[in-house]
Amino acid sequence: MTREDQRASDPAMQPMLRLLAGTHGDDKHDPSALSILDVVWVLYQRVLRHDPANPRSEARDRFLVSKGHGPIALYAVLADRGFFPAGELAHFLEFDGRLGGHPDRNLVPGIEASTGSLGHGFPMATGVALALQAKGSDRRVFVLIGDGEANEGSVWETALLAGSLHLPNLTGILINNHSSTRPLGDVAAKFSAFGWAATTINGRDHVAIEAALRAQDMTRPSMVVAEVDG
Amino acid sequence: MNDPTMRAQMALTITELMDSDPRLVMVLADISAGLFEDAAAAHPSRVISVGIMEQTAVSLAAGFALEGFVPVVHSIAPFVVERPFEQIKDDFCYQGLGGNFISIGASYDYASDGMTHQAPGDAAILSTLPGMEVIVPGTPDEFDALFREIYADGSPTYFRTSSQVNQASRPVRFGRLDVVRTGAEATVVVVGPLLDRVLEACAGRDVSIAYCTTVAPFDAAGLRALAGDRPAPLLLVEPYYAGTGVSAVVQALAPAWLRVEAVGIPRRVLSNYGTADEHDAALGLTAAGIRARLDELLAAPLG
Repeated sequence: MTREDQRASDPAMQPMLRLLAGTHGDDKHDPSALSILDVVWVLYQRVLRHDPANPRSEARDRFLVSKGHGPIALYAVLADRGFFPAGELAHFLEFDGRLGGHPDRNLVPGIEASTGSLGHGFPMATGVALALQAKGSDRRVFVLIGDGEANEGSVWETALLAGSLHLPNLTGILINNHSSTRPLGDVAAKFSAFGWAATTINGRDHVAIEAALRAQDMTRPSMVVAEVDG
Repeated sequence: MNDPTMRAQMALTITELMDSDPRLVMVLADISAGLFEDAAAAHPSRVISVGIMEQTAVSLAAGFALEGFVPVVHSIAPFVVERPFEQIKDDFCYQGLGGNFISIGASYDYASDGMTHQAPGDAAILSTLPGMEVIVPGTPDEFDALFREIYADGSPTYFRTSSQVNQASRPVRFGRLDVVRTGAEATVVVVGPLLDRVLEACAGRDVSIAYCTTVAPFDAAGLRALAGDRPAPLLLVEPYYAGTGVSAVVQALAPAWLRVEAVGIPRRVLSNYGTADEHDAALGLTAAGIRARLDELLAAPLG
């Protein structure tokens, strides 16, 4: 199934694409934004417990975009879910706007962490997962990383750490649009070697995305490698 | 290698506070993990040693802070400040999160380990970060008092502990200069563990001595109150790179004309080993060396 087929088959995606088309700016990171759009949309539409009226609700699942790049796709989904008016998307990257080229948790409702410098959000999400355990919370933590971001050493520090901590409430999503200068090879196998429950899916297949994100191994963290075509 | 008593105090203080404050979390990167075994046994979900991955340790601590916890990250100075500097900047300062960073191995405390284990630039680089608090206690008790006062103040705070300590503790408070004595010839601002040497150096001289344990934010009002509108020459004595605090001192006393001399560690590669005391002697960070710099300052012609 091609990306276009999948999106055409899901009419609910059309508003997202219209919202994206209405934004502007050289820093849209179009390939980066489009590479994460399907996963982020399915996550919010079908999996993530969230409350746009109460973005910091303790009852929510947490979602951190570790790479921070291409946030216009996330902004579009958040606007669609009602975290802020969709009209703000027209002010993307503007001086007085709050939707920047990388997301700011102190400006944008629904943004869990300010990211953009690669390799920060993944270990931060691991801290959030540990914090939820310390609270006795059963909420889940989802964190999205990019294949280019996976060049950073801190990504692999975190792979080692979270795997050894057996964190069942942590689910990573590695969007592999093959932007990494250094080919990553079999990413799922690498995370499996670090003790994660790792699987590879078509990152445009909404049914597969939902199934993979709903799955939770109660003995270890999960990594969903979402292959996309750019 | 010295046996750093401030380090032991750090463990005692935090272990005790963890019993009463369920928000407090200790994030270690192997260093000092043995000192927190009791805390880890009592609070296994709030004491974690991540291994030797300091960048991840700081980001992970920020994750705890996002959830309302008060994290403490600890390691040797270069590994808790310089290696994860960007994580401190982005994950704590830019996000507006509170947390604590406690170092051991101030400047060349670990002289025998060479320069990779030294960080005389820590206070300087951390002072560039907006909202960052930099604390330099001079005794274990001062660490205890200052940590208890501000560890949960919602700001990122760096505590610079050292194996070099003063003999007696002072009544320190966060953000306040402590006026040890007043005089007319000069004002001496001394940071943390160098107070004893400054007291000895200033014997017989009619100088004011201000003891500084909060480097950032600097107590500008306190210095103005002490030095006045027409300040006498000022000697700044710091246990890290010389001149680190000059801009804060000058700004505090502006627009007054000021003669200032900075005593501290020179900004050059220190390739000797040995002990911290031997480095101090070689660099003039002794009572005699400080006295010589003070005498030079007071003897220098105006203009």
